[in-house]
Formats: sequence, structure tokens, C-alpha cells
Amino acid sequence: MRLNYPSNVKIVKVPCTGRVDILMILRAFESGVDGVFLAGCLEGECHFLKGNLRAKKRVQYVKELLDESGIDGSRLDMYNMSAAAGQRFAEVAREMTQRVRSLGPSPVRKKR
Amino acid sequence: MIVANRKSLEEILEMIRPYKKILLLGCNECVTVCAVGGQREVGVLASELRLSRAKDGDEVEIKEHTLERQCDYEYLDQIRPFAGDYEVLLSMACGAGVQYVAENYRTKLVLPAVNTTFLGVTLEQGVWSERCQGCGSCILDKTGGICPIARCAKSLLNGPCGGSSEGKCEVDKEIDCGWQLIIDRLKELGQMDRYEEIIPVKDWTTARDGGPRKRVREDLRL
Repeated sequence: MRLNYPSNVKIVKVPCTGRVDILMILRAFESGVDGVFLAGCLEGECHFLKGNLRAKKRVQYVKELLDESGIDGSRLDMYNMSAAAGQRFAEVAREMTQRVRSLGPSPVRKKR
Repeated sequence: MIVANRKSLEEILEMIRPYKKILLLGCNECVTVCAVGGQREVGVLASELRLSRAKDGDEVEIKEHTLERQCDYEYLDQIRPFAGDYEVLLSMACGAGVQYVAENYRTKLVLPAVNTTFLGVTLEQGVWSERCQGCGSCILDKTGGICPIARCAKSLLNGPCGGSSEGKCEVDKEIDCGWQLIIDRLKELGQMDRYEEIIPVKDWTTARDGGPRKRVREDLRL
């Protein structure tokens, strides 16, 4: 499809978004990343039944933790798309990059 | 198990504001089961604190360490080799754990990261509910296995009161009336005759009213 998405998006592969632990997300922010998004399967289509629904709840929880820590929770989000939705992935990558860019660099990294 | 709640990040940050080197202690017992102070929660709190302090340009060194228990000396002793390297000990155990750390590390400032709340059960994953207040003289045999001290807002021994409506307590419509639960259970057990018995005034000296409690078993002492 030769689709483009911003080169600053680095992909971490997991077998299912249900594998994503809250600590994984927090550690990513600790390492200085400006934003994180989870790309999970469509709701109701999880191969493991509830993986993406669990991830959704965890993302919501970590958003609260980030807000509490003074790191804007909107730097984190979750999107649902099928494995065949390359177009949608590129679109989301651009959308999230745009959002994070408008928020500026992570306040954690700025002070380092 | 003992159930606790994490203090707000704001409150914890305020407590540790002057310190740069912190030993964050988790506990593998009750607070692990109620997901408030185990190894994972230690990781999450440490991460939150580091993020928050880094954001303000005031970096902090946090060592994460989770003990088997904080209410037993043998386990507390395990941190002795390195506890001295830190300015302050932040404990995620229940109030008993926090105090026992403080008793055993007398020159160290020990801070609590959780609010110890109640003795309870896991209703479902992520939901805990109070069951016991440790009054020191159990009457569950008389009340169908449901405790009026812990489950009735007024701890009535002969209930329910006039605030009971459609099985709920007047304190909060989400709270079951403890005495309604007792009556339903006694009916199920065919023991409604027990409900007719008046439970006499309780001797609260076995509870907190008798001062701090202590239990000794001479045969076990070394």
C-alpha cells in the first residue's frame, strides 16, 4: 500500500493489547517518550476474547495516573483497528503525532 | 484480609518533598491481594513519583523493595544492610506494617503511602467489602454468620432500626441493611427463633475500648 506514517512513531509488538501492562506504559513515559498509543483489535473481535477491553480499562487508569503526576493524560490513547486496516493505522499515527506535537515535548524529558 | 487505599499522589509527594533518596517498601501479604501495596503497586507508585519529580526538575532516587511481610521482624531485618542508604522509608503496608518498620528502624523517618481501611473479603476481582471490625468477642453464631457490628452502620445488636428500607441502609442506598441480611439468612437456616432472642449489651472491653490489645501464648514463646 506504500502508506506513510510519521517516522517518530516507534512500534512495540505485543501478541495482544491485553499483554500491555500499566507499568509498561509508565516506564515508556519515564524513558522520556512524548506520547503512547495502543493499537488494538476491534472491540468484540479479540482473539483472546477480552484482551482489547482490558487494555481499554488500563489505558483509562493510566491516563488518570498521568494526570495525577502532572503529565497530560491525553498523551496516551487507545485506538481500535483490524490487522487489515493499514490505512487507519497510518491515519491514527499521524493524528496522535499531531496531538502530541501540539502538547509539546514531555515535561519529564524537558528537564533532563 | 486487611484492605487499604492508596493515598493520593499529591499527599505522598508533599510528605517526601524534602527527600532525594527514598526506600519504597511493599508488602506481599494483604495489601498485595487488595492491589494497593504489593510489588506491582510499588512499581506504579515509584514510576509516578519519578515522573512527577522529574517534571519539576527535582529528580528523586527510589529503591523499590517488597518484603514478604512488614509485620514480622524476620522479614523487616532483611532491609537492614541497605536501609541506612536512604533518607526516608515509604511503606505501602497497612498501619501495622508501617509502625513495625518504624519501631525497628528508630533513626529512620517512616512514612505511610496507604490509608488502612478495613478487614474484608474480595467480592470479585477489583472489589473488596468490609466484614469484620475485630471487636474481640464474636457473636456470629447468634446472627446467622453475618456480623451486625461490621455490617450494620449503627452496630446494633438487636436490629434493624427504622432506617432500614427495602433491604437497604439509610446511610447509603448502595449499602445492604446488615439486619435485613441477618434475618434473610436466619430464615434460610430455619433459625428464626434466634431472632427472637435479645442479645444483651455488649462488653466492649475486648474491643478497642479496653485499650491496645495484646495476645500471648506462653507455650510458643522462646
